[in-house]
Amino acid sequence: MKSWIKTHRFLIARRLVQLSLLVLFTLGNVYGFRVLTGNLSASLIMGVIPLADPFALLQIFAAGATVSINVLVGGVLVWLFYTIFGGRAFCSWVCPVNIVTDAANWTRRKLFLEQTERKIWLGRGVRYWLLGLSLVLSFLTGVAAFEIVSPIGMLHRGIIFGMGMGVAAILALFLFDLFAVKNGWCGHVCPLGGFYSVVGRLSLIRVKHDHTKCTSCMACKTVCPEKHVLGIVSKQSGAILFGECTNCGRCIDVCEGNALSFGVRKYINVGEKE
Amino acid sequence: MSQLNHEKATITERRRFLSLMAQSVGLSALGGLVWTGYIEEAKASPLILRPPGALYENDFMRLCIKCGQCVEACPYDTLRLAVPGENKPLGTPFFIPREIPCHMCTDIPCVPVCPTGALNKSSVSSIKEGEEKLDIFKAKMGLAVVDTESCIAFWGIQCDACYRACPVMDSAIKLEYRRNTRTGKHAYLIPIVSSDTCTGCGLCERACVTEKAAIHVLPNEVAQGKLGAHYIKGWDKADEKRLENVSQEVTTHTKRSEKKVEDYLNSGEDLFK
Repeated sequence: MKSWIKTHRFLIARRLVQLSLLVLFTLGNVYGFRVLTGNLSASLIMGVIPLADPFALLQIFAAGATVSINVLVGGVLVWLFYTIFGGRAFCSWVCPVNIVTDAANWTRRKLFLEQTERKIWLGRGVRYWLLGLSLVLSFLTGVAAFEIVSPIGMLHRGIIFGMGMGVAAILALFLFDLFAVKNGWCGHVCPLGGFYSVVGRLSLIRVKHDHTKCTSCMACKTVCPEKHVLGIVSKQSGAILFGECTNCGRCIDVCEGNALSFGVRKYINVGEKE
Repeated sequence: MSQLNHEKATITERRRFLSLMAQSVGLSALGGLVWTGYIEEAKASPLILRPPGALYENDFMRLCIKCGQCVEACPYDTLRLAVPGENKPLGTPFFIPREIPCHMCTDIPCVPVCPTGALNKSSVSSIKEGEEKLDIFKAKMGLAVVDTESCIAFWGIQCDACYRACPVMDSAIKLEYRRNTRTGKHAYLIPIVSSDTCTGCGLCERACVTEKAAIHVLPNEVAQGKLGAHYIKGWDKADEKRLENVSQEVTTHTKRSEKKVEDYLNSGEDLFK
């Protein structure tokens, strides 16, 4: 048996990253502690390095506007980071909605809801359609279409700048994930998740599987928010190459046989079959 | 129909793919309709007051990335981001002058931090000694409008609270003296706002003594009318100059003016039918 710390290490690390980002942003707003100013849409580190949400910028471009160079640099930096290294890590390591939907998922497991609920069919491709729709509607209305309805923005801005009725929106999202569809928001609907799935497809950091150590207990699939990405588990060794894998590392945490681990994708080595 | 009875239609992979795509397009169309409806409603917020240097509302909405850096830069907590339930475009910065007006910082901290250019630095800058320098007096956040019925100065009571609160004193708000014929021996001190110099900071609205402010800031597009180019002040030499390039004889050509008046009147049989 692994110790509790070991079976939760990536979960704890993720929460620490998520919360410290929120704390830094909030300190920046409330106390003028300028390590991180702005929010996930656009920010400045130490008042110098710009960061920006590349998907928000894409919508602004679709709406027919050109932005100043600073924010463009910020968007490119974030884009490059996830393209080269992080994959879809934004969703599980940064996004505050992840905490809400993980809570819903945890609760639904505790209540055995999956064994009683009536299944609602919702395709995992919905997010890509919404991603496309966001851009089309941005073009048609002249406003960044997803940004103006995004519950991610509502929650994130809500924590930093004040919530308002955003509480209701987040509660609705929680209930949707808890009672309606398992991993409904993050795993099916969210166009930002769709965006990072596309952006992070070719990234270097990947979860790797060694099927010789696998006990086929399927604990990984129980906790995985995108369990179709774990198709190779217990069948063959290799890296999880789906863009939809959020690199959350929860599967690594729960794996008793240490059959899963983070690794670097090998582009050069032809011998390894990925 | 009869064909269907004899042989089953072959469902190819291509047909399956195309119909699946079509299904999603159908759903997207419906979703897009609802979504667009919401966006159009949400961005129609004509009475919202934006930070200094904000572009025109449509362009502002296009560019604002909702990062809140202007809000963080504001030392008076004037600016805030719209939250759900306020019926304002979500996450965009605005201010309510009666609560906290804009104190018109000379270094305008809210504008240079805008990462996208939704707050345009050059619109609140003026050129001094060949250098572009921030100049808050060029801001056009809105225009103060006086409700003459609830303003006590129009009753003949000496108030001038707005006049004294105004950072562009004696220019954005001037006091006009009028004879009070009711008493016969007093003067009205009437606040008159000039759109040329009013920045829309709202300090007057904050200072107004009435229960609900008798002077309040509205966005310029809402508050201002438009004359049209054909009105010219004959007594204003500069305005008169606009007539210089106009040709003396202006002839309007219509279908009727092709003929002379006598001709079309005399030959216009169809007029008497």
